[in-house]
Amino acid sequence: MPSALPLGDPAPSDGLLPGQALEGAAARAFGLYVHIPFCAVRCGYCDFNTYTATELGGGASQDAYAGTAVAEVDFAATVLKNSGLPARPLSTVFFGGGTPTLLPAGDLARILTAAIAAWGLAPGAEVTTEANPDSVTPESLQLLADAGFTRVSFGMQSAVPHVLKVLDRTHTPSRVPQAVRWAREAGLAVSLDLIYGTPGESLADWRYSLETALSYAPDHISAYALIVEDGTKLAAQIRRGEVPEIDDDDHAAKYELADELISDAGLSWYEVSNWSRTPEQACRHNLAYWRGDDWWGIGPGAHSHVGGVRWWNVKHPTAYANRLGSGLSPAAGRETLDSQTRSVERVMLEARLNSGLEITSLGGLGDTGRHAVAGLIADGLIDPAAAFRGSLVLTLKGRLLADAVVRRILPD
Amino acid sequence: MSPMARTAPVPAATDPAIIRNFCIIAHIDHGKSTLADRMLQYTGVVQSRDMKAQYLDRMDIERERGITIKSQAVRMPWELDGTSYALNMIDTPGHVDFTYEVSRSLAACEGAVLLVDAAQGIEAQTLANLYLAMENNLTIIPVLNKIDLPAAQPEKYAAELASLIGGDPEDVLRVSGKTGMGVEALLDKIVRDLPAPVGDPNAPARAMIFDSVYDTYRGVVTYVRVVDGMLHPRERIQMMSTRATHELLEIGVSSPEPTPSKGLGVGEVGYLITGVKDVRLSKVGDTVTNLAKPATASLPGYADAKPMVFSGLYPLDGTDYPVLRDALEKLMLNDAALVYEPETSAALGFGFRVGFLGLLHLEITRERLEREYKLDLISTAPNVEYEVTLEDKKVVHVTNPSEYPTGKIAEVREPMVSATILAPNEFVGAIMELCQSRRGVMGGMDYLSEDRVEIRYRLPLAEIVFDFFDILKSKTRGYGSLDWKADGEQVADLVKVDIMLQGEQVDAFSAITHRDKAYAYGVMMTGKLRELIPRQQFEVPIQAAIGSRIIARESIRAIRKDVLAKCYGGDITRKRKLLEKQKEGKKRMKMVGRVEVPQEAFIAALTTDESKDKAKK
Repeated sequence: MPSALPLGDPAPSDGLLPGQALEGAAARAFGLYVHIPFCAVRCGYCDFNTYTATELGGGASQDAYAGTAVAEVDFAATVLKNSGLPARPLSTVFFGGGTPTLLPAGDLARILTAAIAAWGLAPGAEVTTEANPDSVTPESLQLLADAGFTRVSFGMQSAVPHVLKVLDRTHTPSRVPQAVRWAREAGLAVSLDLIYGTPGESLADWRYSLETALSYAPDHISAYALIVEDGTKLAAQIRRGEVPEIDDDDHAAKYELADELISDAGLSWYEVSNWSRTPEQACRHNLAYWRGDDWWGIGPGAHSHVGGVRWWNVKHPTAYANRLGSGLSPAAGRETLDSQTRSVERVMLEARLNSGLEITSLGGLGDTGRHAVAGLIADGLIDPAAAFRGSLVLTLKGRLLADAVVRRILPD
Repeated sequence: MSPMARTAPVPAATDPAIIRNFCIIAHIDHGKSTLADRMLQYTGVVQSRDMKAQYLDRMDIERERGITIKSQAVRMPWELDGTSYALNMIDTPGHVDFTYEVSRSLAACEGAVLLVDAAQGIEAQTLANLYLAMENNLTIIPVLNKIDLPAAQPEKYAAELASLIGGDPEDVLRVSGKTGMGVEALLDKIVRDLPAPVGDPNAPARAMIFDSVYDTYRGVVTYVRVVDGMLHPRERIQMMSTRATHELLEIGVSSPEPTPSKGLGVGEVGYLITGVKDVRLSKVGDTVTNLAKPATASLPGYADAKPMVFSGLYPLDGTDYPVLRDALEKLMLNDAALVYEPETSAALGFGFRVGFLGLLHLEITRERLEREYKLDLISTAPNVEYEVTLEDKKVVHVTNPSEYPTGKIAEVREPMVSATILAPNEFVGAIMELCQSRRGVMGGMDYLSEDRVEIRYRLPLAEIVFDFFDILKSKTRGYGSLDWKADGEQVADLVKVDIMLQGEQVDAFSAITHRDKAYAYGVMMTGKLRELIPRQQFEVPIQAAIGSRIIARESIRAIRKDVLAKCYGGDITRKRKLLEKQKEGKKRMKMVGRVEVPQEAFIAALTTDESKDKAKK
């Protein structure tokens, strides 16, 4: 999650949700995000809400964190119930960070167990954790699988040492195939995360990273262009001229190469930065974000969304632990989206998916969107056949210009 | 040394023999306002404790830029050899754009103080005004100011002044407006050397308007110099050029605050208030007479202000158009030289084509609009007025390149100026090179002193309105100064260069240039736009053309990536806000066909980098 929280309305200290959150809730999937705010080292490009082991103490310390997170799970279950929401089992759970596997596997299992106790798991539920290739062992992975985890997403980032060094990643590339093998042996589905466009990375470097990742036959790949966020070490290095600037044309070339190689390996894109081997192996938790489902985010700085009500927790782990310790909602702010804003978000998010955006639904936002369709086809940004069937689906060129497409279909 | 006058002569009852009317001719920065302040103080019309630095420059912009835009007149008493005199100091605008106003101020005086910085010597505009004063038979009192400066070279510049006006260097007074040194001696010399005004007290009243200022509370305040007869309060007066009549609600003198009097007699200088609200009804140079007993002939020298430079002014935000319209209406009340008419640009929307006396006038007007009316404006590149004769003998006057006729053209005439440049002689080569490159024809060259020269050129006005002065300054390391005046017109081989984005002509970037310079303009403008216009989702060709012939081209490569890679649960609000911001930004884009052009690109393409310093001519 981004380092700076949005500006919103104040959130009530009891966390109770307004009536709007209830509408249609029974038809929406419900998921849980668990933020683990710890890393062994802070990567130069990362602006996530994460801390190294020695930075925090008290209820925010690594040792106490599982207990604090469980406290929020219990708080969440009470709030949803008291707000009048129907009981829904968890369709998806996602542990992200930070580096979730920096906590003992037993801690992750303990949090998941508490969540299952509170809501139960839907049949076929997807339970993922992010992991650093060098913070897992066969035993820890097995323990996670036994606790109910079904999927692990490894932060591989690159197979090229000089690129990993710029990113401040500590793992050695050779750890990755080993970790993938252990995960498979534990019965977990495997996703690999890659980053492209790191300063100093050549097109050949990127090709090598892609080919290496694909040689491990993952079920799923996420490939993100490096975003230089304000306030990161990398941003400062670029500003000082120590590291070359990010080049969008280079990013475009690398995205096209990624799509080509990953597709050739038998995976298909289902979101701008995500590819899966089969539609079932797409990350359903992330799809829930893009489709506007309900989820509760556990942890400092975590965002939640229930029926058009979105809120975010206080950012600092100590403040977070203190609030829960006092029986108060850890939310720092919330926003209640009106139907217009929800429509805008839906367009913004669904346009990124290969399942596409229903063109007729754009009418709710005025005529701009439907009128833009012909121009988007002419510019080669959306698929003509899909458009003819009533669905706006980005072409490869369109995926690279997805934000521009969204601006063209939303009313001024 | 004279004491301050014990009794001041009373207006309306002052013998012309004890009146002295003078102005100060000086370059900006040469200390005119400081000297004037010191005179106000020594003659006792302003108490020391009320002194505001540069009392006479009322407008903030004037004070900040150290220039006087509007002149005023102050009556000061001064005693010499037992007689109290009335001294009228008529302040003159210090800039080339206001030559006509200067000429009227000079016409109201019998003498002029030629004030020159003892460290810098005379500048081109001062020289031009000096010549104007000499043509008007004014008595000149040469004065070197700032003699307290360590860099002062009084001997050198005294010799320069003496040779210019034909006197003895010993007669050049040396003063310091800052310390007050020599100021009393100057006041004495004004009384001794300047002739008293001469007029017929029994003739029908004739008074010349030398300034006209709009005041929010009082309406138009008209400054006059009475030549013959007398004006009284409550009588009806007539403006001789327009035959308009007004009642004289108030008449008086400034000392320096307005002080009503029983009238103004021969040789006196003061103000009139008639209740009119528009300075156009009280024009500089016009003659005021008494309606009941009118004069038969008006005073010589009247002329209508003629705009020389035209520019389109457009509000950045189209909804500000009514604000701009009202603001121009208000400015017009106080600026008889300002003319404007509505204009529409395909690229910039609704605005006005505004005519100015010159570039400073343009800069000041624009700055006042932005500052006093809180407007953000785009001004198009300044243009002169061309006279285009078509083959069918039809004549079209063009002040905006987009109105340039497309039919068969027989002849184009452009306005010319005669320019005077003063500079140290080491820069003669650079100045000649510059003037030559601007299609100038040399008229002559004279040495003012052993190392300073006056160079005269005849140039097309169009060649000096954009960046000429900036380049002159940089080529002469700041020492060069420029003065110009209108000097007829000439037939020239001019063409219109159009700029096209993706085949769409952008009217705001069209320019009329000499055929030999069309290519350079095309290359410059297409190159500039390539840098300024962000990449679009498609390739954008930028072309410069004369008619259908392409003379320069550039292209903006299509953008390949415009997507944020990551968009997860915690990113959605931030991403939506970014999207809203981008949409807001899109509203500030001007669409040229399908190309989104940021407002900033228009501003940057239409201004030179040095345009801010340009005003300080």
